[in-house]
Amino acid sequence: MDMKRDYYEDIELFKSGTILFWSIVLLVALFVAPVFLSNYHLYLFNLIMVHVIVAVGLNILVGSTGQIALGHAGFFAIGAYGTVLLMTKLAIPFFPALIITAFIASFFGFILGLPALRLEGPYLAIATLAFGLAIMHVIGHMELFGGRQGLMAPTLDIGIPQLGLSWELWTEKSKYYLILIIAILMVLFAVNILKTRVGRAFVAIRDSDIAAEVIGVNLTIYKTLAFAVSAFYAGVAGGLFAFVLGFFDPFTFNLIISIIFLVMVVVGGLGSVMGSITGAALITYLWYDVFKNVDEVPVVGDILLAFSRKFLTASGIDNFNFVALGLVMIGIIIFEPLGIFGAWIRVKKYWKTWPF
Amino acid sequence: MPFEQLLIEGLAMGACYGLFGLAVIIIYKTSEVVNFAAGTMAMFSVYIAFHFITFYGFPFWVAFIASLIFAGLLGVFVEFFFLRPAKNPTLLGLIVITIGVQLLLAGLAGWKWGADQQAFSIPFSYQVTYKLLPGFVVSQWAVAVFIIAFIVVTILALFFKFTKIGTAMRATQQNKYAAKIMGIKTDRITAFSWAFSSVIGVTAAMLITARTILDPEFMMEPFLRAFAAAVLGGLMSIPGVLIGGGIVGLIENFFGYLSPAWKPITAFVIIVLVLCIRPSGLFAKHYVKKV
Repeated sequence: MDMKRDYYEDIELFKSGTILFWSIVLLVALFVAPVFLSNYHLYLFNLIMVHVIVAVGLNILVGSTGQIALGHAGFFAIGAYGTVLLMTKLAIPFFPALIITAFIASFFGFILGLPALRLEGPYLAIATLAFGLAIMHVIGHMELFGGRQGLMAPTLDIGIPQLGLSWELWTEKSKYYLILIIAILMVLFAVNILKTRVGRAFVAIRDSDIAAEVIGVNLTIYKTLAFAVSAFYAGVAGGLFAFVLGFFDPFTFNLIISIIFLVMVVVGGLGSVMGSITGAALITYLWYDVFKNVDEVPVVGDILLAFSRKFLTASGIDNFNFVALGLVMIGIIIFEPLGIFGAWIRVKKYWKTWPF
Repeated sequence: MPFEQLLIEGLAMGACYGLFGLAVIIIYKTSEVVNFAAGTMAMFSVYIAFHFITFYGFPFWVAFIASLIFAGLLGVFVEFFFLRPAKNPTLLGLIVITIGVQLLLAGLAGWKWGADQQAFSIPFSYQVTYKLLPGFVVSQWAVAVFIIAFIVVTILALFFKFTKIGTAMRATQQNKYAAKIMGIKTDRITAFSWAFSSVIGVTAAMLITARTILDPEFMMEPFLRAFAAAVLGGLMSIPGVLIGGGIVGLIENFFGYLSPAWKPITAFVIIVLVLCIRPSGLFAKHYVKKV
């Protein structure tokens, strides 16, 4: 079914005509979508695409290289603050600022990757978690970063205003196209990097780092590289996130956000780029839309409101967000450890061999 | 604040972290699960005591016993309904489940009691102080912490050494499959260790509430410190976690005194540095991994 006969078959981008066809349909749909969507939904889509970038990057680290990371909100924060500060304080145009910030983030990823060379399991979890918290506190305590008051993102100008070539993006729709194009590029890069020598080294480290070292994978280089690449993604996404939100403070990038990123990857399916994309879309939609405003959902919302008035407190219904996300996390590991991608594989297998 | 004061306060806070770290490693030793929900489980149980006192008017000690019983049941509940059904979970899977439990309980607590800070006090006040030696001022709270920590550790040591169930727990920790062959019901032992850990956790959390406030988030930072203390001690040894707790408490208190702004993260930074030098903590034997 999935047998590869030669190397070129392994590295081709679209495995079959069907996949090519549906990918094109999806792309066309994404490019046409803004015509039919309201501003709020465009904002939601922007958020989803930003999270898709983070999830795809995190998937390279967690899914493909097998390292646990609980501190990605730190890189995300570096991306957001770096881009905005470079643009406002140093007056660097948007694209160079975004790229410089992403490289700064990946430098921090490299730094975090150094202890990761020696740590694994729970020890790595606490180290990455500490990194995320440390970044949040450093940002919160330095005047340069706006302290606890937070920062306001400047006007999104993707031209070079210094040379008089201004191209300002005001509407959600124009931001949507910018983020969409960057997201597509980042996803393509992720799909391709997993098919190169580097990607195969990552997978080898995940399956057994000792065996990988024995066959000649340089652990020092590739583990830190995985952290750096993943941080690069989070940095780019953070830079875009700053403009989607418009305003942010250090507590935007708290531990919960790191956890949500991890949940996106796990729910989507570890090690699969397509899975990460669906996971990010699903979790973002649930977290920022459905669960957040659960009292406005037709029937369920009324029942929940009545229930919480009777036994709990009516004003606490916002906490349904956390309860539901917790249940999703527990449920996905118990019932479908491979996530959406695993379910998809099962369905595909069932229909391919039907009626047997 | 004089040096002695910082030392005693740091040690007392460290004892709290050590106690809470015990709750983390008891579970880790029996089932290799890092319980990220430990802090929230303890928080929830403290809220049960709060509820008993505020809404039903029970005295503190009755509420305390009720909250211990609730904590035990909660531990068994979490193990039975959330961890046992997962088949061959990976380390990451286990972490995701426990974080899920953490979000679930935090959400429920916020839903029931609101995000506001509640008034909750334990009989050991932080304000009442005793003068032991000239210059050595000890608060009633610190004395209580030391005594309770001593009692809990003694009970634990005796329990693991002399009781049947304690021996069974040690056997399960050493080798689950061999223990199963010897007729130990390892599933029950795991559930029991969750209950046990939860009870120790709520004891520590009660002591910690005296120094902080009671809201659904209040155990998050102490839990992370306690976890850091456990990691520092190597996640496997009981003396290790107590010493780790002491180190974390002292570092935090002394650095926190020098620059209060950086208090929340100094402990973490130092722990990451220690881990870089000794990757599996200060007191764990570093086993060479089998391929």
